[in-house]
Amino acid sequence: MYKQLNQKAWFLVAPVVALVAFNAIIPLMTVVNFSVQETFGDNVFFWAGVDWFEQVLHSSRFHDALLRQILFTAIILLIEVPLGLIVALAMPRKGPWVSVCLVTMALPLLIPWNVVGAMWNIFALPEIGLMGKGLRSLGFDFNYTRQPLTAWFTVVLMDVWHWTSLVVLLCYAGLVSIPNDYYQAAKIDGASAWSVFRYIQLPKLKRVLTIAILLRFMDSFMIYTEVVVLTGGGPGNSTTFLSIDLVKMALGQFDLGPAAAMSLIYFLIILLLSWLFYTVMTRNEAR
Amino acid sequence: MAKITLDRLRHSYMPNPQGAEDWALKEMTQELEDGGAYALLGPSGCGKTTLLNLISGLLRPTVGRILFDDADVTGATPEQRNIAQVFQFPVIYDTMTVYDNLAFPLRNRGVPAAEIDKRVREVGAMLDLGHMLKKRASGLTADGKQKISLGRGLVRSDVNVIMFDEPLTVIDPHLKWVLRSKLKELHHRIRRTMIYVTHDQTEALTFADQVVVMNNGEVVQVGTPVDLFERPAHTFVGHFIGSPGMNVLPCSLDGGRVDFMGQPVETLGTVQASSGNGKLELGVRPEFTRFDSIGIPVEIVKAADVGRFRIVETRHREHRIRLLVPEGQPMPSGHAYVRFDPKHTHVYRDGWLVN
Ligand SMILES: Nc1ncnc2c1ncn2[C@@H]1O[C@H](COP(=O)(O)OP(=O)(O)O)[C@@H](O)[C@H]1O
Ligand SMILES: [Mg+2]
Repeated sequence: MYKQLNQKAWFLVAPVVALVAFNAIIPLMTVVNFSVQETFGDNVFFWAGVDWFEQVLHSSRFHDALLRQILFTAIILLIEVPLGLIVALAMPRKGPWVSVCLVTMALPLLIPWNVVGAMWNIFALPEIGLMGKGLRSLGFDFNYTRQPLTAWFTVVLMDVWHWTSLVVLLCYAGLVSIPNDYYQAAKIDGASAWSVFRYIQLPKLKRVLTIAILLRFMDSFMIYTEVVVLTGGGPGNSTTFLSIDLVKMALGQFDLGPAAAMSLIYFLIILLLSWLFYTVMTRNEAR
Repeated sequence: MAKITLDRLRHSYMPNPQGAEDWALKEMTQELEDGGAYALLGPSGCGKTTLLNLISGLLRPTVGRILFDDADVTGATPEQRNIAQVFQFPVIYDTMTVYDNLAFPLRNRGVPAAEIDKRVREVGAMLDLGHMLKKRASGLTADGKQKISLGRGLVRSDVNVIMFDEPLTVIDPHLKWVLRSKLKELHHRIRRTMIYVTHDQTEALTFADQVVVMNNGEVVQVGTPVDLFERPAHTFVGHFIGSPGMNVLPCSLDGGRVDFMGQPVETLGTVQASSGNGKLELGVRPEFTRFDSIGIPVEIVKAADVGRFRIVETRHREHRIRLLVPEGQPMPSGHAYVRFDPKHTHVYRDGWLVN
């Protein structure tokens, strides 16, 4: 039997290619187009080479936003992944409470992002918000509209509230798929609860944890709506993360060239870090 | 080491069991001698795993008691009962090496390192894992993984009982045979109580001194392989053990004489026709049925060659009678007569042996 080259197959993939072209490649190419040219409107363009890239990479504004972004993502990953795992471990595996827990967990994920921002905005208001007023009456000097530290606290708390559920649900799905035989064997082998976690649950959850970390990494690295609604990137620039900075530059100041260059750099950073995470977390399986 | 006593044990997976169907394990009283090699034999779903998990302490019986020697262990954990159990599907600790997997049950019990090393190497050698002790367990084949599971069950030297729940299901036939002989040999050497669960009669009969046959959550017979073959206590045992299974034919009693479709059938001694009514059947294995010049007239339907024997299927009216004819013996064709060996012809009332 010989394999025959069948050129007709191209017709079958053509629709997909067209779709991908329209919603990914063409917009991306326009961004590339903007990033290497200068324009003053009227569709008049001048060649700018890599000037915009150099400008962005050397600007302290970009450095600060990137640093804030990395710090934010690191903090929420360090909180959400262990917390999600702990909650998933504590959830019942069978009985009537399973569905109650699952629905409760899924709720934050079903709320539109701008509503989440608005909810926390009001919740944390220092004068009238339940949390803001509550913390103040407990003696904390809490005012997220003025203090960078409390603003960060509120943003992190909001993200943890909004997204820990995702980690919980993924881990829970991983946990219930572990056959009962493993737990029985562990009992026979005299394993402690810690050993069961360390040698059965954690290894079996490795794949879902990889997915959870990747998803949370990418999503938090691109966080925009909730923070804009909650703090608007302030006070000052203290909660201006990369995407917020990008929008300010592109739409606020209409600096299309630098904004386009920044988009591409942003995109490459996410791609690079995702690849890094993935390779590190799956490197043992190849062996 | 301990004698295991099951005292009016019953188990149901339901919160309030009502009818007989709700009980995964119906009432059972049984003694398992210290050091015996037992097989638990029965079709899938008959409650073998349930019984095993009750003995190991993974399940708590709904009703009844379990004693190890004279100590009541009904409420004790598997850990306290000090037992070993191997499951049907391989369970390995993925992130550990083969060595660490085998050492795990010992380490959890604080056995000294030197003793662990000795035991692990011993078991590793017995299961042919010696050359891969340093390998990661997750890289092994299904066979290898099940050997590790088996090894973890065998590595402790002080257990009260070792239980195997269909441990060779996923293993290829040749290795199955090798491992089964090794288990048998090990039993001879260490004389621990072993309970081997299987739905395969060959496995049960070759491994065990005593076979416990179960059906529908009940023990139907406990006996040596010879008992099960020569005196099946229930028609189920007759069917389930032996290949082909026992001939079971309707019969009636006429003053202690057994009668099949108007033909008298000889049995050893007279059958007590006494207690009540109920469906009467006679059972005789194909091995104890032969062609003769007189007897029950039959038509020969077909014959199949199975090595040293031929299985011959005959028919008397609508009733099938099978015979096992040794190779080389003349075989009639068309119409013939068959006779049953009186010593091995049994009468059953409602399935249970009466004579
Ligand atoms: N965890 C369980 N929950 C409810 N029913 C079960 C459970 N395990 C087994 N059963 C039921 O109990 C009966 C006996 O099962 P089992 O002991 O696993 O049989 P075997 O091991 O002989 O195949 C079956 O009818 C099965 O459906
Ligand atoms: Mg079973």
